[in-house]
This record gives sequence, structure tokens and C-alpha cells, in this order.
Amino acid sequence: MNVQKKNTFPKTPTGISGLDEITKGGFPKGRPILICGSAGCGKTLLAMQFLVKGITDYNEPGVFMSFEESAGDLAQNVLSLGFDLDKLKTEKKLRIDHVRIERSEIEETGEYDLEGIFIRLNHAIDSIGAKRVVLDTIESLFAGMSNDTLLRAEIRRLFEWLKGKGVTTIITGERGENSLTRQGLEEYVSDCVVLLDFRVIDQIATRRLRIVKYRGSTHGTNEYPFLIDENGISVMPVTSLKLDYKSPGDIISTGLPALDNLFTAGGIYRGSSTLITGTAGTSKTILAAHFAMSSCRRKEKVLYFSFEESPDQLARNMATIGINLQSQIRAKLLLVHASRPSLQGLEMHLLVLNKLMTEFEPKTVIIDPISSLITIGSSSEVRAMLVRLMDTLKINQVNALFTSLTQLNSSNSNDATVDAVSSLADNWINVKNEDSKGNRVRSLLIVKARGMGHYNDCQHFIITNKGIRFLTQN
Amino acid sequence: MKKKEAPKLITEEKLVLQLYVSGMSPKSMEAIENIKRLCDEHLKDAFELEIIDIYKNPETAAEQHIVFSPSLIKKLPLPKKTLIGTLSDTEKVIKALGITFKK
Repeated sequence: MNVQKKNTFPKTPTGISGLDEITKGGFPKGRPILICGSAGCGKTLLAMQFLVKGITDYNEPGVFMSFEESAGDLAQNVLSLGFDLDKLKTEKKLRIDHVRIERSEIEETGEYDLEGIFIRLNHAIDSIGAKRVVLDTIESLFAGMSNDTLLRAEIRRLFEWLKGKGVTTIITGERGENSLTRQGLEEYVSDCVVLLDFRVIDQIATRRLRIVKYRGSTHGTNEYPFLIDENGISVMPVTSLKLDYKSPGDIISTGLPALDNLFTAGGIYRGSSTLITGTAGTSKTILAAHFAMSSCRRKEKVLYFSFEESPDQLARNMATIGINLQSQIRAKLLLVHASRPSLQGLEMHLLVLNKLMTEFEPKTVIIDPISSLITIGSSSEVRAMLVRLMDTLKINQVNALFTSLTQLNSSNSNDATVDAVSSLADNWINVKNEDSKGNRVRSLLIVKARGMGHYNDCQHFIITNKGIRFLTQN
Repeated sequence: MKKKEAPKLITEEKLVLQLYVSGMSPKSMEAIENIKRLCDEHLKDAFELEIIDIYKNPETAAEQHIVFSPSLIKKLPLPKKTLIGTLSDTEKVIKALGITFKK
């Protein structure tokens, strides 16, 4: 991940995948940052990840001041994400202070200040040399208290004090009706404001993050989808991609020598993207499987996204035509990720793909079929996602292969996926079935191949128990 | 029924109080003055008052969940009460401490 080093002021890396790219290096060092959003949108988790990553990745101890959950509850909640708070506490890298206020026990009998909080924070920070602080959620203080003005002034003083202390502080706040936070904390935190959102559109939930404000720094302004999984939060910096990827010149095989020969270069370029279109049952998946095998033979890892078949079913079916995917799966050269397209939103699929790409580091990615994704989004969304997807693959110089199902009675041009992908794809192969004198004739046509010549006539082929065999020899 | 000259206050049990203050801040000094006056004038020996400076005892502040300063905690008799602020609202203080006027 390339983070630009043209900072105007020092920044504190968040350690949250993707967020450092959007913020161009992290949060402003030594300043308060407001994270706001409605209940359950992941504020506490983001704050906790900021602290834990600060400790584990950047050796910056942290203090977590919780106004809601007890230390025990917090520890338990994040244990599933692999954050061992108790261990960090015994190592004196982390301090959790639970600010418990029993409203029913409290009587206001005159003017007061929040010196208790100041002293506790000061003590906690100094005792472990903390560089990062989280206040989660300081607005709880307002509940049941009569003197809002006084509290506001004190909170403002607290933020100033934290700034003077030189610690980077995350303040979380619940989203208000007409303001970012219930008590208008955004007025006091002028440096950096991040908004988290949790939306359900067409029954598919998406979490999004947006930098509302970042004084003195450029930042991505879009809404970025983010994912909470077993490794915590990861943000997808979708629009930070540019058209400046390198294009390797070497040639790789499609997995079928006869198909390779149809290209004048004897194969396709490494890092190029290939689209295979065709109606149902035209052996698109088989071509994809051949492609996967050729990559495996080069000992290059393959990530196979299957939106229609489970890994087992795919392996079983391919085994019947002599393509042994199972052994490649066992050899950890092939990873089949199967999921229903409607399980998640488009961005989530993209995010999962991105995550898997970073973890598995494949040289080849297959998406079978990419057309399944259009069932879950509008065509403009699909197109935007496909562009991002292609860019991501190109930047990583990954060989990409997409299959796309076209409808029998519709021409290619008005098919949303084909429309979106065909202009982006470097190679386009169309496969079809035709009836000829009561027989089914399978044929393949190369529609385009960027940067090389190719045969222009239909190539007939059959499927044997050793895979695809071309009938016309060239 | 009313004896205006000598308003005696009584409590069921001995009051055990802790006053948490932040150094010599004006609010802290005011609270100390207020609680001392109240106790000395009306409670004679029926109270125990401990004044704790949270600047010097930050660990205690965390243990006792002190958020606001000054804070007066009524440890006994139960129920526990926390009186925050300068304790200048005498009526409220008396009520919260569970003190009743002697008839």
C-alpha cells in the first residue's frame, strides 16, 4: 500500500487497513479526532483497533476511557477479533478506565468541573507513556445532568488539554438528529471528523465511512465501504486507484495450446484481463478451469470466485472432464471462494476480493460469473464496481478472467455486464452453441485481443473427458 | 412546634463522608467550607469527614469513580449518595444526606 509522504504536518497511522490511504497517512498527530455515527455502526471497534494497532504495530501505548462498557465487557467484545486486551494491560501498554456514573446516586449541589476525568486521564497517560487516547462516548456524561452549558465548557477544556498533552485522541459520538453528534461535539473538534454509517438497501447491509473534515490535509472525500470481520475493520479505498499501472510484456498460456495458437503472440499478456461471454451451457466455466490449471502449472496461485457453485461441486464437475482442481486446492495453489451474490452488497464483494488478494497473493483471479453481480445493483453501480475491480487487478498485475452469462434473446450490446466489462477487458472470447442438423455445435470466437493479432473465424470444439478439444487445427 | 433559634439536625446513624477535591481550586475551597460549616453547626460529633485531594491520589479517584469535582460521597448510612458541586445548595445537601430537623 503506497502512502504518500508529502505530509504538511505529522500524522499518526491508524493501523486500519485502507483508512491510512484515505487520510493520506493517518489521523492528525496530537489532536482530537471525532468519530461519529449511529448506534452499532462500529465506532467503539474502530477506536479500539486504533489503540491496539498503535500498541502492536507502532509501539504507542494507549488509554481507553470508556463511559459505557466496563473493561471486562470491552475485552470480551474484541477478543473475537484477536485483540487480547488483558495481555496488553499486563504489559503496561494499555489502560482501560471505566467511568461509571450512577445517576440515581448523584445530586447536583452547585458548580462543579470535570477535574476527576482530567486527573484520571492524566494519571493513566503518564503511567504508561500513552500516545493515543480514546474517549468512548463522552456524551454519556450529559445524560441526566441539568447543567449542559457547564459540561460543554468542561469538555471543550478537556479537548484543549489533551491537545496540550500531545496525545492523539479519538472521541466517539452518537449521531444526533440534525447534527453529527447529539451534543454538537463537532464544534469543538475542528481538526478531523469521521462519519460512520450503517445502511440497508434492498435488504443488503453496507457499512460506510466518510471523512467529513480534515483540516490542513487532503483526504478522500467519498463514502468508502468498510468491513468488520475476524480481523477487525478494513476500509476499501475504492477511488484511490489511478490509470498508471505497468503492463508486463510476457505471454502466458490460456491453458489450452490450441486456444493459445489463435493469438498471434501464442497466448495472452500477463496481467491482462479476459472476458468470456456466452449463454448458459456454453462451457465458460470449463474454459475458466483450464485457465486456472495453466496458472497452477506455472506454480502461480489462483483465486477463484465462484458465485454459482460450491468449491466441492466445482471440483467434482471438473474432475469428470479430467481437470483435477482438487489436487491444486490441496496444494494451496488454488483457492475457491464461493458465495451467493445476494449475500452482500457489491462493495462488500469487492472488499472481500481485495482482502483475499492481500492475504492469498494470487497471480490469477477468476470470477465466475461476473454477471451474477448485476442482480444486486443498479447498472451504474455495477459498472463503477467493475472498473474498480479491474483497476485493482491491473495494479497488482494479476491475470484476470471473468465469465459472463448472456441471455439468448438479447444481443451483447444491451447486456449490462458485457457493456461494462467488454470495454475494460483486454481480451474477449465469445462461446456459443448452435444447432446444426439436429446436432449441437460448440464454437468459440475471439472478439478482441488488445495488443496482438488473432484469428477471426469461429473455432469449433467439443468437450471430451480430457477437457476441451478443438476440431479445426491451425 | 418551630424553634427558630437553635435548628438542630439529626441523623439516624453517624454520617461517614468523603469529600474529593481538586487541590486548592476555588470550587474545592467553597465545598470544604460549606460542608465543614454544615457539620460543625448542626451535626456535632455525629459525622466523620475525610477530605481527599485527587491530585495527590489519582488512583483513588479512579477506584472511587470520581468524575466531577468537588464530589462529596456519603458512604454511610446507605444508600450511597454522591453530591457534586460546591455544596452551596444547603437544602439539597441536607436532603441528600438524609438529615432531618429535630422537632
